[in-house]
Amino acid sequence: MRIALFVTCVGDAILPGVGKATVAVLERLGHQVDFPRDQTCCGQLHANSGYRSEALSLARRFVDVFEGFDAVVAPSSSCVGMVREVYPDLAREAGDESLERRVAEAGRRVFELSELLVDELGVTEVGASFPYRVTYHPTCHSLRVARIGDAPIRLLGAVDGLELIELPEARECCGFGGTFAVKNAAVSASMATDKCRAIVSTGAEACVAVDGSCLLQIGGRLSRLDAGVRAVHLAQVLAAT
Amino acid sequence: MTAAADPFPQAAREALADRQLGDNLRAATATIRDKRARIVAEVPDWEELREAGRALKAEVMAHLDEYLVRFEESVQAAGGQVHWARDAAEANQRVLDVARVHGVTEVIKVKSLTTDEIGLNAALAAGGVKAVETDLAELILQLDGDWSSHILVPAIHRNRTEIRDIFRRTIADPSLSDEPRELAEAARLYLRDRFLTARMAVSGANFGVAETGTVCVVESEGNGRMCTTLPPVLVTILGIEKLVPTFADLEVFLQLLPRSATGERMNPYTSLWTGVTPGDGPQEFHVVLLDAGRTRVLADEVGRQALHCIRCSACLNVCPVYSRTGGHAYRSVYPGPIGAILTPQLQGIERAKTLPFASSLCGACYEVCPVKIDIPSVLLHLRDSATRAAGSRRERLAMRTLARVFAGRRRFRAAVRLARFAQRPFLKNGYVRRAPGPLSEWTQTRDLASIAPESFRDWWDRRS
Repeated sequence: MRIALFVTCVGDAILPGVGKATVAVLERLGHQVDFPRDQTCCGQLHANSGYRSEALSLARRFVDVFEGFDAVVAPSSSCVGMVREVYPDLAREAGDESLERRVAEAGRRVFELSELLVDELGVTEVGASFPYRVTYHPTCHSLRVARIGDAPIRLLGAVDGLELIELPEARECCGFGGTFAVKNAAVSASMATDKCRAIVSTGAEACVAVDGSCLLQIGGRLSRLDAGVRAVHLAQVLAAT
Repeated sequence: MTAAADPFPQAAREALADRQLGDNLRAATATIRDKRARIVAEVPDWEELREAGRALKAEVMAHLDEYLVRFEESVQAAGGQVHWARDAAEANQRVLDVARVHGVTEVIKVKSLTTDEIGLNAALAAGGVKAVETDLAELILQLDGDWSSHILVPAIHRNRTEIRDIFRRTIADPSLSDEPRELAEAARLYLRDRFLTARMAVSGANFGVAETGTVCVVESEGNGRMCTTLPPVLVTILGIEKLVPTFADLEVFLQLLPRSATGERMNPYTSLWTGVTPGDGPQEFHVVLLDAGRTRVLADEVGRQALHCIRCSACLNVCPVYSRTGGHAYRSVYPGPIGAILTPQLQGIERAKTLPFASSLCGACYEVCPVKIDIPSVLLHLRDSATRAAGSRRERLAMRTLARVFAGRRRFRAAVRLARFAQRPFLKNGYVRRAPGPLSEWTQTRDLASIAPESFRDWWDRRS
């Protein structure tokens, strides 16, 4: 299977370990991973901030760059959700039927990492070992936009040595929300504080999620609180041996 | 009530600083939210019901002109009178005209949300007519000179001790306790006299049935039944989006609404009336069909779904933003997620430009909406309108620059390298603890992860 990695802009610049871990897991399972070098950002930042025409340009760029691969994997449910749920709206508004077709086609081939592993490749056991107490935060876009279901939980359940502790009020948003975190900083921080309180209450050593952006928010707050809990991407847990 | 110039972020910051408000809100929203979740889970075909509700509303919006005329004919055939109001002023004037014809100086009111939107009470007062709110929560607010902060629980920001104090100041004696039974009794004593002496009532409505001209009010306290049956004259203000095609269609909404709103299988009182019935109930019935911006919303293909709203307020109770800030921060009669998409459309984006940004886009609102309004998508759509109509130049420049950076891999790589260099003075153990500019909003409460020493693409190039 010819798998392209969409590492995402955040993954490329700020959290390169997540991309490396994604490559490591897929290669361990015997897949060849390509990294189309022209990729940049899916445009979610622009779409979410009210700059739809800029987002449209980036959507066009995305479908160009990732054309022809059997599957595109992104370690980010919100970027996957952007391609699947927002690109069709952008293409329709642009009145560009050919783009609409290409966007719909791209939406069928792009997968969040756990979705690719569990639903497409049928794998839950990836040969990982992570001997820590872990709690899992299901991000909003993984639940309600990309709708990846319980794939991450199934993967975590198969990791050697990992003790999974349920997170109270797990479905509550962490408060990231892109520019929301800055434009409505007070509300965003209140949400982060409540999320971190729930995380700390589990006694876990790490909080795992599938979105780097939410991990910036959770990890940033945990670090400021000096909580002694790490924010870790699912890919990094699955890559650990 | 109008959306003031106050931007949401500042109002939200102030609301967050109010501990009492926070406690009242958290307790109340969490209670209703849990009740709703339990009672919705009982319904095996909930998703089909939601889809039926959505489809019915979409059908009404697609043929609203026909349904409105049909409704008018049905009401008239049943002995009612229909008035068309383009805006708030026209609607208020129609109500005042009816009051004047009958020489009425006091009216009782129920389901006041739409009348709050058009500022009816103030307009009536200016015309020498006193309006008395009969919903318990609306009464509390009216006595206190306050205004609604929730679509369904307008006084959600008040606890019972605060309500006791308001009643002691206005309608009860100083011995009143904060026992709910005593508080309700005080309101009952005050209102009973109004119900029995009022000669005219003004109501809002949950639904109007095009086929029959029937109007429906759904409520919990019985005050709606009093208002719509006791006074000889009844005027109903009906937003034009509130129509359903047939009487049978109410079946869908009367299941969706109480479960979504109060977490009840069925609400205590459902009042339905059709025109005038000689010798029974009001002998004169008027409907004011209110536009007030709704046809403009209807013209927007993406935004029009906001008109599907049946005012259940489930989206408020699940919203992590609303449940922290309360409704007053939205400076709108319609707060919360639905307010964030409805108010900017009804009033114009310039007058409520920060509301579409009052969301983390978590999608909890869409998930619970009984008529499947895709609130996050409408928020994105309105954010685009907001940046075009009233955005900051500096932000637009920054976003355009960033879009150009993302338009080519070499530019992107160069920008990442530049940022890596620029962050050096601020770095401590891999984090930025105090960022300059807009990012300082982040670092006030959170450490900011830094640009990595080596980007993924640099690693990839080195590896291959």
